[in-house]
Amino acid sequence: MNLCQSPIAMTTETRWHDICPIEELQDDLGLCALLDDAPVAVFRPGGQDRIFAIGNIDPFSRASVLSRGITGDLKGRLVVASPVYKQHFDLATGDCVEDATVSVPVYPVRISGNILQVGTNN
Amino acid sequence: MDKLRLVVVGNGMVGQRLLANLVAADLHNKWSITVLAEEGRYAYDRVHLSEFFSGKSADELALTDDEFFAASGIDIKLGEPAQTIDRLARTVTSASGATYAYDKLVLATGSYPFVPPVPGNDRAACLVYRTIDDLEQIYAAGRDSRRGVVVGGGLLGLEAANALKQMGLETHVVEFAPRLMAIQVDEAGGAVLRQKIEALGVSVHTSRNTTEIVDGTEHRHAMRFADGASLEADLIVFSAGIRPRDDIARACGLGIGQRGGICIDDHCRTSDEDIYAIGECALWNGRIYGLVAPGYQMAEVVVSHLRGGDATFTGADMSTKLKLLGVDVASIGDAQGATPGALSWAYRNEADGIYKRIIVSSDRKHLLGAVLIGDAEDYGTLLQYSLNAIELPPHPDDLILPQRGESSAKGLGVDALPDSAQICSCNNVCKGQLIAAVDEGAMTLGDLKKATRAATTCGGCTVLVGQILNRELEKRGVEVSRDICEHFPFTRQDLYLIVRAEKIQSFDDLIARHGRGRGCDICKPAVASILASCWNDNVLAPSHAKLQDTNDRYLANMQKNGTYSVVPRVPGGEITPEKLIVLGEVARKYSLYTKITGGQRVDLFGARLEHLPDIWRELIDAGFESGHAYAKALRTVKSCVGSTWCRYGVQDSVSMAIKLENRYKGLRSPHKTKMAVSGCTRECAEAQSKDVGVIATEKGWNLYVCGNGGMKPRHADLLASDLDDDTLVRYIDRFFMFYIRTADRLQRTSTWMDNLEGGLEYLKDVIINDRLGICAELENEMLAVIDTYQCEWRVAVENEERMKHFRNYVNASTPDKTIRFVEERGQVRPARPEEDAVTP
Ligand code: SRM
Ligand SMILES: Cc1cc2nc3c(=O)[nH]c(=O)nc-3n(C[C@H](O)[C@H](O)[C@H](O)COP(=O)(O)OP(=O)(O)OC[C@H]3O[C@@H](n4cnc5c(N)ncnc54)[C@H](O)[C@@H]3O)c2cc1C
Ligand code: SF4
Ligand code: FES
Repeated sequence: MNLCQSPIAMTTETRWHDICPIEELQDDLGLCALLDDAPVAVFRPGGQDRIFAIGNIDPFSRASVLSRGITGDLKGRLVVASPVYKQHFDLATGDCVEDATVSVPVYPVRISGNILQVGTNN
Repeated sequence: MDKLRLVVVGNGMVGQRLLANLVAADLHNKWSITVLAEEGRYAYDRVHLSEFFSGKSADELALTDDEFFAASGIDIKLGEPAQTIDRLARTVTSASGATYAYDKLVLATGSYPFVPPVPGNDRAACLVYRTIDDLEQIYAAGRDSRRGVVVGGGLLGLEAANALKQMGLETHVVEFAPRLMAIQVDEAGGAVLRQKIEALGVSVHTSRNTTEIVDGTEHRHAMRFADGASLEADLIVFSAGIRPRDDIARACGLGIGQRGGICIDDHCRTSDEDIYAIGECALWNGRIYGLVAPGYQMAEVVVSHLRGGDATFTGADMSTKLKLLGVDVASIGDAQGATPGALSWAYRNEADGIYKRIIVSSDRKHLLGAVLIGDAEDYGTLLQYSLNAIELPPHPDDLILPQRGESSAKGLGVDALPDSAQICSCNNVCKGQLIAAVDEGAMTLGDLKKATRAATTCGGCTVLVGQILNRELEKRGVEVSRDICEHFPFTRQDLYLIVRAEKIQSFDDLIARHGRGRGCDICKPAVASILASCWNDNVLAPSHAKLQDTNDRYLANMQKNGTYSVVPRVPGGEITPEKLIVLGEVARKYSLYTKITGGQRVDLFGARLEHLPDIWRELIDAGFESGHAYAKALRTVKSCVGSTWCRYGVQDSVSMAIKLENRYKGLRSPHKTKMAVSGCTRECAEAQSKDVGVIATEKGWNLYVCGNGGMKPRHADLLASDLDDDTLVRYIDRFFMFYIRTADRLQRTSTWMDNLEGGLEYLKDVIINDRLGICAELENEMLAVIDTYQCEWRVAVENEERMKHFRNYVNASTPDKTIRFVEERGQVRPARPEEDAVTP
């Protein structure tokens, strides 16, 4: 499984944070992790060999809940639906499908040993 | 003038269908009808007999009841078999000696199980598998048995083996022929079937000829075989074929076939003009049909003939599709390839236990037969090819090879079907009738169903009917989409029927078979709800959890700040002081905002995700259950205090409300449902604003349906008056299940009713008069849900894996800092954005 085809720039500055053993991330059931102070939602869409990480805060309700949304695809884009007001966010880019002016951050992902890691750049 | 006298011998499946057809044709008013029945109970569903072992009661299998006979005036003598027929005097004498005169006589005596004539076959616990009485005996004998043997590896034998397995016996099947299901499947298919059945823990012994049964040493019996081998058993069930019950016909000199069976002509008349024979006892054109559908056709022919019509019986297709011990098996037409010059193609996948073979005419143009084992999904398409002599594609094997990738879809283009193709076999609807209905304006599957009755019974044809509809609409340039979303070209109702008909248990299976893509937040929860309505699996089971809206996924309602509310069930709104105190204590311990809801219960708001399990453990310990406030399911049954305290009350509305709430709690539906029970017409419980409202009368209960508060209030309609408790419950069972079966996604009962063609009158006809003949089915479906109820929270807290989902962060145990509360009137509430700025 190649999980590191993430489009997100990885720089030498990337700091990797341990999230959990990879088997804890089940298909289509998001998890929430805390990176420093930022809540991050991690997803593995069913049937995909790819893992995605995006910001967990729903920009519309300001609640930290995106990991609890339903994942799926809309016209070929992999998305998660916010559980509060149901807008969809593109897992690969963080863009809101319904409102182009809104997006959430995206993070690089890798697996080290059997530990899932998410990176932050600073 | 006196009425003509019709005597019917036998009240089995076909005999009963005959009676129903007579009544439908109004002949019960012209004839005086008497039925002599050997069994001590009314006709029951023999086809589903085995469900007796999975918990179905004799009552649930019944095909008729007292009411039918009372209303039709048909006189039935249960437990009184016909013994002799005097054709000159035109009388039938029963075993008790009573004599019944007839003008016309119908024999519907069915068949009996053949027991091989081996010494010892009459020992105790050597039984057969045909009637409810037989099954009761097997059940009784099974209790002190460890090992059961079924003699006969045909269709019924394997079904009996399944029953023995279900009783927990070590199960063996002994077959005389070299393979299982020798009549229906070919040799290679038999091998795959054997492998699958052995994998389920049933031992199979083929080519074994039993010569005697004697005392065993370890077990009750020892069976000796011709080849010298032997097998011990405590319980033996013979299922070695059936023989027509032609004894009384034979004795009175009617024409009998060489190998048994009462000879009949195309009008189902025997050699005596005044005597008909139908069902499994009848021999037509040298054939006996051991299936129920041909018998039903014969029953129709007789009714037609009695009315002077000219319907004829012209034979029947013997193709079958079944699930045996959980293995899909189907056979079509000439499954053995017996036709001279026939060619065949086979696909064999040992890894997955799949075998498929098609038999094709020598010119390669037509499908003659097929055998499918382990995967019978192509049955419908293949059957259409064979029944309608549709020309095969250039490479016939494309029809059975597995499809990988999305390209070459092999489904038979519906355009290839002739107008005469039978699409719905339950209701005998052909493609031409569907097209005619579209010509007359049918635009939706619902319209087609109403116009033709196609797809209204078993649902097995829904996909095909839908395809024909879409194709016909397309041809007319109409673009209509009531598709649930981009992933499924179906409405919720279609999906519901598909799930039921194909017994689909998971979203992944459904989308693989009938959808595209991965799904979304529209179809996933909708399908989750359908699966729950049909099979009532726990919503958090591993394959279902990912489908749930966040509320269902965490069994609590998400609030605007990401916390949850907790709403324990308070059936009927009645609560003890002790429980009230617990609610207060739990709320205080976890700093929850507390409010009395509009539904007569208490809502505790502001729970953090990670606290939900602890909160619920405490509530469960105090005797609370999930209130399903998070689910599209029954919410509350409001009550008024009723006759117990109130000076005006005429019935005990609180007890009824509690009873109803406990009955329907956990029932998932297209939208939430609410109920109320008032103790008199003053209506303090506001029952007329509920999906189901019950109002006490002096004589019983009035039942109101399809009321709604919400955005667009609607008063409920009176469905039935002065019902006793049992009838009330029965009607509500039917109502809910009919709504669940036919409503759109997120359609409350009020909008459903407003869109129901025929409106209230139609609904009454369905629920009260059983116009669609589905009431028994609806009640059974409801019972299945009720029987499998479990408090979801109890299941969740007892499951450590599931508890993991309630961690807020996987990698930290710090509380979520984005959640901030402020105090108001002595309780917490979420901080507003402007208050957020204030760091705690
Ligand atoms: C708590 C409660 C208000 C209260 O403080 O009293 C309430 C609260 C909510 N209602 Fe309600 N409704 C509550 C009684 C009602 C009633 C009154 C009743 O049931 O007698 C109605 C009108 C009657 C009716 O439904 O016909 C009512 C009509 C609605 C509707 C509109 C439904 C409609 O068909 O138009 C919604 C929206 C929906 O379900 O789509 C709704 C939705 C909601 C939701 C679930 C909104 C949401 O998605 O967050 C609220 C969340 C509750 C929570 O988090 O626990 N609530 N809601 C009441 C809970 C009753 C209970 O014990 O379960
Ligand atoms: C376990 C099992 C599973 C089956 N599965 C299927 C299936 O999946 N699909 C399918 O199509 N078919 C199936 N069948 C076959 C189906 O049940 C029969 O085809 C159907 O019941 C035939 O109906 P009938 O009325 O002709 O006979 P029966 O239903 O047997 O009824 C005959 C009745 O007549 C009574 N009778 C006999 N003699 C007399 C007399 N002298 N006086 C009064 N009454 C008399 C008998 O007691 C009996 O009650 C199954 C059968 C069994 C046992
Ligand atoms: S509905 Fe009737 S019985 Fe119930 S409280 Fe009101 S007045 Fe009393
Ligand atoms: S085949 Fe059409 S409903 Fe059964």
